Amino acid sequence: MESLDPVTLARIQFAANISFHILFPTISIAMGWVLLYFKTRFDRSGDAAWLDAYGFWVKIFALTFALGVVSGITMSFQFGTNWPGYMQHVGNVAGPLLAYEVLTAFFLEATFLGVMLFGRSRVSNRVHTLATFLVAFGTTVSAFWIIALNSWMQTPAGVSVVGGKVHVVSWLAVIFNPSMPYRLTHMLLASGLTVAFLVAGVSAYRWLRGDRVASVNAALKTGVTLAAVLIPLQILVGDAHGLNTFHHQPAKLAAIEGVWHTERGAPLQLFALPDEATQSNRYALGIPKLASLIITHSSDGEIRGLNEFAGAHPPVAKVFWSFRVMVAVGMAMLLASWLTAWQLRRRGEPAPWQARLLVAMTFSGWLATLAGWYVTEIGRQPWLVTGILRTADAASSVGGGMILSTLLMYLALYVVLLASYVSVVFYLARKAGKPLAANLEGVTA
Amino acid sequence: MTAELVLPVIFAGLMAISLLAYVILDGYDLGVGVLLPLGSDEQRDTMIASIGPFWDANETWLVLGVGLLLVAFPMAHGIILGELYLPVALMLLGLILRGVAFDFRVKAQAHHQPAWNAAFAAGSLLAAVSQGVMLGRYLTGFAPGAAAWGFALLAGIGLTAGYVLLGAGWLIMKTEGELQQRAVRWAQRALLGTGLAVLLVSIATPLASARIAAKWFALPDFLLLLPLPLASLALFVLLAISLPRLAARQAAGNDNFCWLPFAATVGIVLLSFWGLAYSVFPEIVIGRLDIWQAASDAEALRVILAGAIVVLPCIAGYTVFAYRVFRGKARGLSYS
Repeated sequence: MESLDPVTLARIQFAANISFHILFPTISIAMGWVLLYFKTRFDRSGDAAWLDAYGFWVKIFALTFALGVVSGITMSFQFGTNWPGYMQHVGNVAGPLLAYEVLTAFFLEATFLGVMLFGRSRVSNRVHTLATFLVAFGTTVSAFWIIALNSWMQTPAGVSVVGGKVHVVSWLAVIFNPSMPYRLTHMLLASGLTVAFLVAGVSAYRWLRGDRVASVNAALKTGVTLAAVLIPLQILVGDAHGLNTFHHQPAKLAAIEGVWHTERGAPLQLFALPDEATQSNRYALGIPKLASLIITHSSDGEIRGLNEFAGAHPPVAKVFWSFRVMVAVGMAMLLASWLTAWQLRRRGEPAPWQARLLVAMTFSGWLATLAGWYVTEIGRQPWLVTGILRTADAASSVGGGMILSTLLMYLALYVVLLASYVSVVFYLARKAGKPLAANLEGVTA
Repeated sequence: MTAELVLPVIFAGLMAISLLAYVILDGYDLGVGVLLPLGSDEQRDTMIASIGPFWDANETWLVLGVGLLLVAFPMAHGIILGELYLPVALMLLGLILRGVAFDFRVKAQAHHQPAWNAAFAAGSLLAAVSQGVMLGRYLTGFAPGAAAWGFALLAGIGLTAGYVLLGAGWLIMKTEGELQQRAVRWAQRALLGTGLAVLLVSIATPLASARIAAKWFALPDFLLLLPLPLASLALFVLLAISLPRLAARQAAGNDNFCWLPFAATVGIVLLSFWGLAYSVFPEIVIGRLDIWQAASDAEALRVILAGAIVVLPCIAGYTVFAYRVFRGKARGLSYS
């Protein structure tokens, strides 16, 4: 049992804040592009259904964006309060990357968001479409910088370390560090899938309620098709990301696969309870040799075990299970999207059970994304920056009591906000289905 | 060698500009938030509409200011935000409540609207007071004791009054009719509070710090600095005289100079900010750390500066564009 020392509390608090925060950019990154798609379809065809879909989803986008902004402000304070050692040791890398994110992305998206949301009657249609593009572009640029920094913390490159402090030798090597292309692609696809299932789920919800206007059908088709196209890509990229982890972060990979001792022909564990005390898996149920086959592309390939990283490997059970949750959600996504896409192609509408399944999976992207981030972030422990800075050496000297009380405050707030967000998304869906007259009030903001 | 001397000064300047932009821009929208309960239901929608397209970008200046503190003066970031841990947490609570209430109040079920309106106002008030307390704690060098905390509370009330004055000025400029008339009355009350607070902070700051007193009251500096308080006084007098006249003229349908209260308040903020910056510079944690001791390596600062020189003019450009798009009186916000 871990005791609640200030370092653990600082980690829990930071994890709570960043977990809450990432939910919203995960939606707004891809939602920006989906809105641009709706807008462009309308511009090209003049079909009001696309504008209608845009009008509905832009409300949810605005709400999502606001939650992302306010929870992001919290992050900018906690980098310093919770991890003062971070900037001290790796500020030469982290400083410029964070500064570039604010300068090139935050202002762009936040400023043009106003024009995108409220400026349709004040600027030309082309300028409005451009504003929509710039918001989508800004969210993606922001993802680029922050993923570059996160990936550098996973697989540092392009620096020399003098007296515990990093100095940049090559910025290109820092930004495009070994895991960056994989993590960026993986995250952008995760965002795409999260939005695809959100759009499909909410549209299916409206469809089930008998609200089957053209814009609902168009959005449903867009969501399902997007999901069906992205999920196989995501599985391929995820596999490549795993290979990258095998080469650059073998301890993380060993935890993912539950390999305690270096072995050839390692099984793929479907179920197990990894036990740190005995350094073994209890109740293991695995497919022989499959892990080696997937990771090394040879059924007899060697996977380095956790025994080689004694004292410097991540907590195994958390990484092991987070990974399995992520993969399970991914498989469910594959099944749900392909079955529904097939039905939509054949019949033009989903089967009712498929629609209900999509509603149940509305926020499945959040689950997979969080689980995936837990794999990569917990899997990096005990390092904050792999091989350069340990998490414990960067932690704050702020007292545990202060952290605990603010942590409880944040947690209570986040529970309320999350519940409000989900309920408002479905409330807006119900309201959109009401006749126009009842819908005229409340078009503001 | 010279880079090590010059870069921290440049970054202190950039950080000051960001925080100044934040205080003015988010100041007016926080002020409008604090005033929200005073408006009627319909007026509340107009009040929110007047800040709707801007608040997201306004808050980004805080992220930039704190971000620059983090990346350019990491040691100071750790000390300052560690000392301010509690007021910062409360400020963040306020900003979060306010930011989400902005959207929830019109998107959630109608019977939840009063609760979100209350959250919007309470969040704005909490953020404003916390920021003032942060400023007050910062100026005393985080001194312990009741007197220092009393000073911080005073700063909290003072900054809130200043934000309300900015917010009322913004409403006088962006609205018309009954709401505009009310905004003038709010401005008159906020003017009194702001004036008292600026006066008390100006008296208390040199009393609290011998070093700051020495900077202000030695000759010839004192004479060179004299225009700062004199110009502030002139702007206060201008506001006190012009507000009732403006109200009378606006009641008669003449809206000329509706921008004057806001502009004069911005002037007061600029002068106060300049006075504070002069008092503190070149220290960044008063009594402990100057900007050169706290600065990051020149190699990192150089890279950030290169980007900032290219990007900041673009940000200024499209910010002006956004304000031009929404120029004139605020109408109800609509996505269509």
